[in-house]
Amino acid sequence: MTVTVPYDLAVARYEPVIGLETHVELGTLTKMFCGSPVTFGAEPNSAVCPVCLGLPGSLPVINKTAIEYTIRIGLALNCSIATWCRFARKNYFYPDMPKNFQISQYDEPLCTDGFLNIEVDGQEFTIGIERVHLEEDTGKSQHVGTTGRIHGADYSLVDYNRAGIPLVEIVTRPVPGTGALAPAVAKAYVSELRDLLRSLAVSDVRMEQGSLRCDVNTSIAPAGSGEWGTRTETKNVNSLRSVERAVRSEIERQAGVLDEGGRVIQETRHFHEETGKTTSGRSKEEAQDYRYFPEPDLVPVAPSREWVQEIRAALPELPAARRVRLQAEWGLSDLDMTALRNVDALDLVAETVAAGAAPDQARNWWLTELSRHANDTGAELADLAITAEDVAAVIALVAAGQLNNKLARQVVDGVLAGEGSPAEVVAARGLAVVTDTSVLSAAVDDAIAANPDIAAKIADGKVAAAGALVGAVMKATKGQADAASVRQLILERCAANLAAAWSPAGGTSRPLTTLRRILSDLSAVCRRTYVFPQSKRDLPAVESAKVAQFFTERYPDFGVPRRCRSPTVVTSGCKTQRRGRSPLE
Amino acid sequence: MSITRDEVAHLAKLSRLALTEDELDHFAGQLDVIIGAVARVQEVAAAGIPPTTHAANLENVYRDDVIAPPLDADLVLSQAPAAQAARFRVPRILTEE
Amino acid sequence: MAAADELTTMTAAEMAAAVAAGEVSAVELTRAHLDRIELTDVKVRAFLHVGAEPALAAARSVDERRAAGRPLGPLAGVPLALKDVFTTTDMPTTCGSKILAGWQPPYDATLTRRLRDAGVVILGKTNMDEFAMGSSTENSAFGPSRNPWDLNLVPGGSSGGSAAAVAAYQAPLAIGTDTGGSIRQPGAVCGIVGVKPTYGGSSRFGLVAFASSLDTPGPLTRTVLDAALLHEAISGHDPNDSTSLDAPVPPVVAAARNPDVAGLRVGVVAELSGDGYAPGVLTRFNETVELLETLGAKVTEVSCPHFTYALPAYYLIAPSECSSNLARFDAMRYGLRIGDDGVASAEEVMSLTRATGFGAEVKRRIMLGTYALSSGYYDAYYGKAQQVRTLIIRDFEAAFEQVDVLVSPTTPTTAFPIGERADDPMAMYLADLCTIPSDLAGNAAISVPCGLAPENGLPVGFQVMAPVLADDRLYRVAGAVEAALDARRGASFLAQARGLAGLDETAEAGR
Repeated sequence: MTVTVPYDLAVARYEPVIGLETHVELGTLTKMFCGSPVTFGAEPNSAVCPVCLGLPGSLPVINKTAIEYTIRIGLALNCSIATWCRFARKNYFYPDMPKNFQISQYDEPLCTDGFLNIEVDGQEFTIGIERVHLEEDTGKSQHVGTTGRIHGADYSLVDYNRAGIPLVEIVTRPVPGTGALAPAVAKAYVSELRDLLRSLAVSDVRMEQGSLRCDVNTSIAPAGSGEWGTRTETKNVNSLRSVERAVRSEIERQAGVLDEGGRVIQETRHFHEETGKTTSGRSKEEAQDYRYFPEPDLVPVAPSREWVQEIRAALPELPAARRVRLQAEWGLSDLDMTALRNVDALDLVAETVAAGAAPDQARNWWLTELSRHANDTGAELADLAITAEDVAAVIALVAAGQLNNKLARQVVDGVLAGEGSPAEVVAARGLAVVTDTSVLSAAVDDAIAANPDIAAKIADGKVAAAGALVGAVMKATKGQADAASVRQLILERCAANLAAAWSPAGGTSRPLTTLRRILSDLSAVCRRTYVFPQSKRDLPAVESAKVAQFFTERYPDFGVPRRCRSPTVVTSGCKTQRRGRSPLE
Repeated sequence: MSITRDEVAHLAKLSRLALTEDELDHFAGQLDVIIGAVARVQEVAAAGIPPTTHAANLENVYRDDVIAPPLDADLVLSQAPAAQAARFRVPRILTEE
Repeated sequence: MAAADELTTMTAAEMAAAVAAGEVSAVELTRAHLDRIELTDVKVRAFLHVGAEPALAAARSVDERRAAGRPLGPLAGVPLALKDVFTTTDMPTTCGSKILAGWQPPYDATLTRRLRDAGVVILGKTNMDEFAMGSSTENSAFGPSRNPWDLNLVPGGSSGGSAAAVAAYQAPLAIGTDTGGSIRQPGAVCGIVGVKPTYGGSSRFGLVAFASSLDTPGPLTRTVLDAALLHEAISGHDPNDSTSLDAPVPPVVAAARNPDVAGLRVGVVAELSGDGYAPGVLTRFNETVELLETLGAKVTEVSCPHFTYALPAYYLIAPSECSSNLARFDAMRYGLRIGDDGVASAEEVMSLTRATGFGAEVKRRIMLGTYALSSGYYDAYYGKAQQVRTLIIRDFEAAFEQVDVLVSPTTPTTAFPIGERADDPMAMYLADLCTIPSDLAGNAAISVPCGLAPENGLPVGFQVMAPVLADDRLYRVAGAVEAALDARRGASFLAQARGLAGLDETAEAGR
């Protein structure tokens, strides 16, 4: 057994060359060569017909939309589109292939010679695209036996629903010069390709459902030799993380082989998610001879230049350009954008913003609470049972003061649990914030009365002590109050008490100092700006009156002085303190 | 000899035909004669002559992406040598593709 | 019995007219043919499956249609024998192979559907060389059919069952398929009319493929007009077949009704005569060419130099396509399964089943095709054969600039004895020498009886070839030949065969 070489050592001594072959199931309504529906997760063999079952006498007819989608992909990858090309038969026997040949393209692919730019760690790489061609997918075998794996199975059960689904194969040219970044480049390429395909609306590109599948070619040669080594082809690489791990583990393994003076064998290898390692696949003793020849049941495909031009003109904004635009529109940092791409949340945030949410709020929800939920359940963000519209609705409820952050989390939990829309969850769970001022005022008064020591501290200028009273009020209202509002009420009540007790003749300015501190605190954290005298000189007559008037409005039992200026209300308040923090903090 | 017995054995394997030794002998002789005869096509001066794969001179024959009703479930498996759980049951598969 | 006898000896056109006029019901007509099959098929063995019930049901529905005053097609109520290579939902489809024995397709071929829609009554499925590979029906897994002219002779192939059924008056109409001559050659040796329409003129959907780029369905009948009527009924664009031509069906029926060769330029193919051709075949062929001249045709000799390479090119192209087309018969989804003992692998079961289920000729061609497509041999064999195909098309193009139709014998010899060429593939392949060029080029061709070879009294076929989609010219020439020879004889050609081979012995006894 060959010892693998630690990655850093391996890439210090060897230069990797990678290449990727990506298969993408197109999101057409029907299969490549027949009208059977393209389905996922349907009853076995319920979406088949004589053509995709390969029954004797059946004949294929090309799905025009599949050709169009492939040309779309080719154009987005900067490829040349063939003026004339043919399908070919690839002959080999396998039970999940109903005709024992696959209709594919051989030496005449539909699209050739393109490229895709990607970025890793701020470094740009141009990945050459050798070809993009169209073929049909195979059925699915389920191996039945003690191990559940192909080896040791007693028999297999075959479902042909997938057979005949249009499959686009995108083949890169070999990519040299990536050095230690090879695994990251491979991953970034697949990620960028996936975003591209999604933006083109040609596939749902779900790696976990197999609608995007990767074969990764890896070779290494001694650094500086200028040579390329023998490559291996690793199959079964079906997640972004696996793409990265597969390249990494092949580099480590091949370095081990070369270090021992061995030769890397050109072979197919299989990637195992559990171990992150590859193992040798089909033995090459019987070299495959696919006996390609032009498919005689089909006629050539010769897309007119007018059609290609029409398709080109209708291409949507591509992901790279879109990311630049969105970042500018949202005012997010590079780091934010990277984080969003990493969890595949760019589209979700865009949709949430489109549904009316503030970009930073949208980003926060998807990056924190919802990402955590996705992690916990092992799901993709997009697969969570919550829509961007739901998230935007929750954000709107918080902004309107109808939910606090804690309640918002509970609403989201309810939506995720399938209890309905945010509004329905709020109603069903009774989660609305207590906004009835009289109820809150009573609770505040109770809390102050029950905690005279804390009230005294506040009166003495220790405004921070209000937190303890907030806790008491929240407890009394079972959490269904907006903590910020509660704090505001407490401070206002304390201020009112102070103002009521104060008289200009009283001599000491201590209460006034405390008042100013309280009101400045209120101004800072809440939605209002409390106008208060700027200097001691202003105090004597007018100021007490102003303070008194304000509190009179809120607290009717307070005396009403004359000629007072109303405090200014700034509705967009609270910004300085909250920026950059999660709504959940 | 235009083809050896070993080559015929290889062709049989590629074609998934479990031929007996006698059959191999018999077919090897016949295929040798046939291949010798069909090799006459190589006498033709064909430089620069494009191949014709098809008598029908057609291009761009497509169908629209419109769903046609799939086959009734009872018909799909009705002719299967073995079936189980709505799937075709086949002997164990040795090689991975 | 005499009435029943009359019912089976009419032409299809006469039968349709009688049904339409209410002189005979479709059910009576169908019963008469089912009876004839029962009487004669123990000897002829034309049918692999007789579908009496579905046939009578189809006939009843024609009769009901007529009773309801609804319009009937030009072949409504006429019985037909269908080559067992087309899928049918009410009868098995075996292609003459053990590997498909008992297979009941879940869908109708387009051609089957068109026949049903036309009110044609499908009597059953006819015998054929396994997967249409052969020229004698001896490659059928279910035993050979017999030539109604002499039961010791082959009826030709691969559509031998269809040809024998028509020649034995078991059906006035039959469908065959032509890949290398499989309609025209059995038509010729059974003394009936066989037509290979232009490739793509009739749909292949539901025709179990032998060689996709060559396979062409077409009629086998006793008269030229019947062939034209059937030709028209099965033709026209089919969106389920990508190689189907989206073009109007040539006016074949009009041509058959008004055969006229005055002024027509007829080219005799120089390369399709001479050594290897039976003297009687050449005698009758030459007489027929002279006949055409007397009818006003302008005859010249035309050279098609690459036709001599047609046979080797064909035996590369057809096996190559067949090696791939027949890969699907693997014991996994339908048909025979051998050796599934719970231990054997899928690969082993496939190999055992295919070795058991396919006959020798099929195996030979699969291996030949696999060889021709293998990397390293592709260019020298398959690639070269496709270039020869281009050259043959160019020969035709050049010839059709000089003449309107080309003519040749249909086959180098008359029917040969069963067993004579059974294990001599090269000798068997020669039967298709004259018919293959039109298959490779995809144009239209017909075989029409032109007399009996003096040396053995067996039928000789006269082949007419026309350009792509000029199928009507076939009927002009064949119709003229038929009319002139019938007039000279005072009877239809096949009437000579009636009573031969002791087929009617039981019927005679019953009178």
